[in-house]
Amino acid sequence: MRRWLLVLLLIPCLVSAEEAKPLAENPQAEARLKTLALELRCLVCQNQTLADSTAPLAEDLRREVREMIAKNMSDQEIRDFLVQRYGDFVLYRPPLKATTTFLWLGPFLLLVVGGVTLALALRRRAKTVPDPTLSAEDHQAVAQMLSEGIKRS
Amino acid sequence: MIPEIGHFALILALCVAVVQGSLPIYGAAVGNAALMSVAKPAARGQFILVLLAFCCLGYAFAVKDFSVLYVAATSNSHLPLHYRLAAIWGAHEGSLLLWTFILTVWMVAVTFFSEHLPEAMRARILGVMGLVSLGFLLFMLTVSNPFERLIPAAADGRDLNPLLQDPGMVMHPPMLYMGYVGFSVAFAFAIAALLGGNLDAAWARWSRPWTTAAWCFLTVGIALGSGWAYYELGWGGWWFWDPVENASFMPWLAGTALMHSLAVTDKRGGFKVWTVLLAILAFSLSLVGTFLVRSGVLTSVHAFATDPKRGLFILVFLAIVIGGSLVLYAWRAPRVGLGGGFDMVSREAMLLGNNVLLVAALGSVFLGTLYPLFLDAMGLGKISVGPPYFDTVFVPLMTPAIFLMGIGPLAQWKKASLPDLARRLRWAFGASVVTALLLPFVLGKWTPLLSLGLLLASWVVTTAAVNVWERVSRLVDTSVMSALVTLPRAYWGMVVAHCGIAVFIVGVTMVKGFEVEQDLRMNVGETSTIGGYTFRFDGVQNIKGPNYTAARGMFHVSQGGHDVTDMFPEKRHYPVQNQAMTEAAIDTGLLRDLYVSLGEPLPGGAWSVRLYHKPFIDWIWGGCLIMALGGVLAMTDRRYRLAGRREESLVSDLPRPVGPEVS
Repeated sequence: MRRWLLVLLLIPCLVSAEEAKPLAENPQAEARLKTLALELRCLVCQNQTLADSTAPLAEDLRREVREMIAKNMSDQEIRDFLVQRYGDFVLYRPPLKATTTFLWLGPFLLLVVGGVTLALALRRRAKTVPDPTLSAEDHQAVAQMLSEGIKRS
Repeated sequence: MIPEIGHFALILALCVAVVQGSLPIYGAAVGNAALMSVAKPAARGQFILVLLAFCCLGYAFAVKDFSVLYVAATSNSHLPLHYRLAAIWGAHEGSLLLWTFILTVWMVAVTFFSEHLPEAMRARILGVMGLVSLGFLLFMLTVSNPFERLIPAAADGRDLNPLLQDPGMVMHPPMLYMGYVGFSVAFAFAIAALLGGNLDAAWARWSRPWTTAAWCFLTVGIALGSGWAYYELGWGGWWFWDPVENASFMPWLAGTALMHSLAVTDKRGGFKVWTVLLAILAFSLSLVGTFLVRSGVLTSVHAFATDPKRGLFILVFLAIVIGGSLVLYAWRAPRVGLGGGFDMVSREAMLLGNNVLLVAALGSVFLGTLYPLFLDAMGLGKISVGPPYFDTVFVPLMTPAIFLMGIGPLAQWKKASLPDLARRLRWAFGASVVTALLLPFVLGKWTPLLSLGLLLASWVVTTAAVNVWERVSRLVDTSVMSALVTLPRAYWGMVVAHCGIAVFIVGVTMVKGFEVEQDLRMNVGETSTIGGYTFRFDGVQNIKGPNYTAARGMFHVSQGGHDVTDMFPEKRHYPVQNQAMTEAAIDTGLLRDLYVSLGEPLPGGAWSVRLYHKPFIDWIWGGCLIMALGGVLAMTDRRYRLAGRREESLVSDLPRPVGPEVS
């Protein structure tokens, strides 16, 4: 009897073992939001993307972006709109402009300068460092030192 | 009373540091053995004093002495003891004390493991470390004293930031600081060699194990920090290119370049000038890291200190240390000899080429971290530099470095031949290309980045295998097993560390390529399936922790009808700081992690839930640990242990140049 009761109790669980629904109403738009939001900054957070943040303001901004997606705006249009409102600060990929040229090109400049310097230094070395030519006496001296070293240790 | 003893110990330590930073260096300059011999007892004395101060602060935390301002600000009577002790480095003042304490630990280590060094060299090294410590002690005693009193005492403390109430807090900062501060030893060696004018291969050999030790600690420290962020922040990432993370990554890159450059200087006597510069750079970046995190100049996940006075002090200190050592460098370095010659195609040239790439990569991290601050300070607008920038700039710079990493160890010193290398590496290359092209299809998805990652990882592993095979087959008269054992430990260290990089790359590539994430609205009893695992939501219960309350979600995970595990993510609320924290539940596995993060309650009894299936993610940290293991193998090589003894016996044969040695 008790066993049957248990089974009866379990039935609602089995019935409700349904597939959970995605949080978003429109998963396709949500995927687009996600890609966009990964490159956007949550403006009130310390250093978090819009995608990761749980701050209420981030939630508001995400809703706005969702609305813009619903209005069929392109990714670039959405970004432009946000930059217009919040400035370049909202973009995690800083745009290439006069003030950011060195940011984008600096590392490669460093690589080129470093590479050229290294190549020049190597070539100069090749000229200045004499290739030692060993005489028979040198070889003998080395052999002697080596055998002494073996004795010592 | 106890806090005053700690404070007094710091003042005494400052006095000792003044002595340690002046007399031995002067003694070494004029050849006075008595003055030089002050270094060792001074360093040990300073260690005892700072240890005493450290224990006093620990005691104040242990007994909940809220009349100490720092204790009241970073702990609470309900905070468990282990977190109260970890709170010693929970904020600015205590972190500096930890920094200084670890510096004295390294100092004492130098006094114990420097028997084989010439007296003058040791005196200079300890003198330079004394000067660094002087700066930090002065900093603490003037603008950030951890022992400052709060009168009248607070009834209770403001509690430790809930983000920091985690086992990661106990391990990560000490490890990281062991690495940061460890580079002070390499730095002190370099400055000592510049001062003494004896920048030679011996100097490089002496500083190699120290540099490697610091690098190992830093590697483990960064990995711990990354792992901590992964499970604590609740959104499943493992590296955010946050300025604070970058602050620890920059010295790592410089230290990695330094280790390889030291190899050239040690083995071939070349490029001493560059090596010294890297030693200065690595330590300077450690200081810059401290400055970035501790001055409040950044506002990010980790930055919990703000005070312009402090920022100014660190800035002046940085200017003195970095500027001073660069001036000394410019004055002394040009006199250094060139060392042995080598060809454009040789192991030396490849190691240096790798150095250039590492430094360029370092440059990108440096720019990405500091450029927004610079623009902001100049009034040129506010920008954000985030992961997209680093993916675009850092990755292309590291890719050729990793490619070279495969070739370098196979190239001969002095002069190598490209056709010969190509012949020896053709199988490794072929196998890597085939893996890179086919494996993604086997796994069911192809992207260029996936192929690139797999190409690099298999390139590193296959070239290492070729390398070992060549080494073994060269030893003709022994069996394979005994040949493997005969190979020096430093060599194995290199192979293991490089394979660690490959493991790391596999982790990064697989997680980027195959991670599955789902944001769900889950009612009790509902299920969701990702990556073959079915998660059933069994509801939420309320629980009470020592200093928080939490909603605890219950999830049952099964795979193909078999039970796998139960997972309990939490949503915690810490009343003292009125802060909510997401404690994700993670089921760790060799090939995948399951990650559940509980969101918010939704109308109608459901909860928002985030589920992740993260293939191979633990390989990221595993790779770091393997790298560190390689470092440990390398620094415990027989060569360094023997070198000490041999030099001692050589020295004892020679007449002493300066007075009787006091040790």
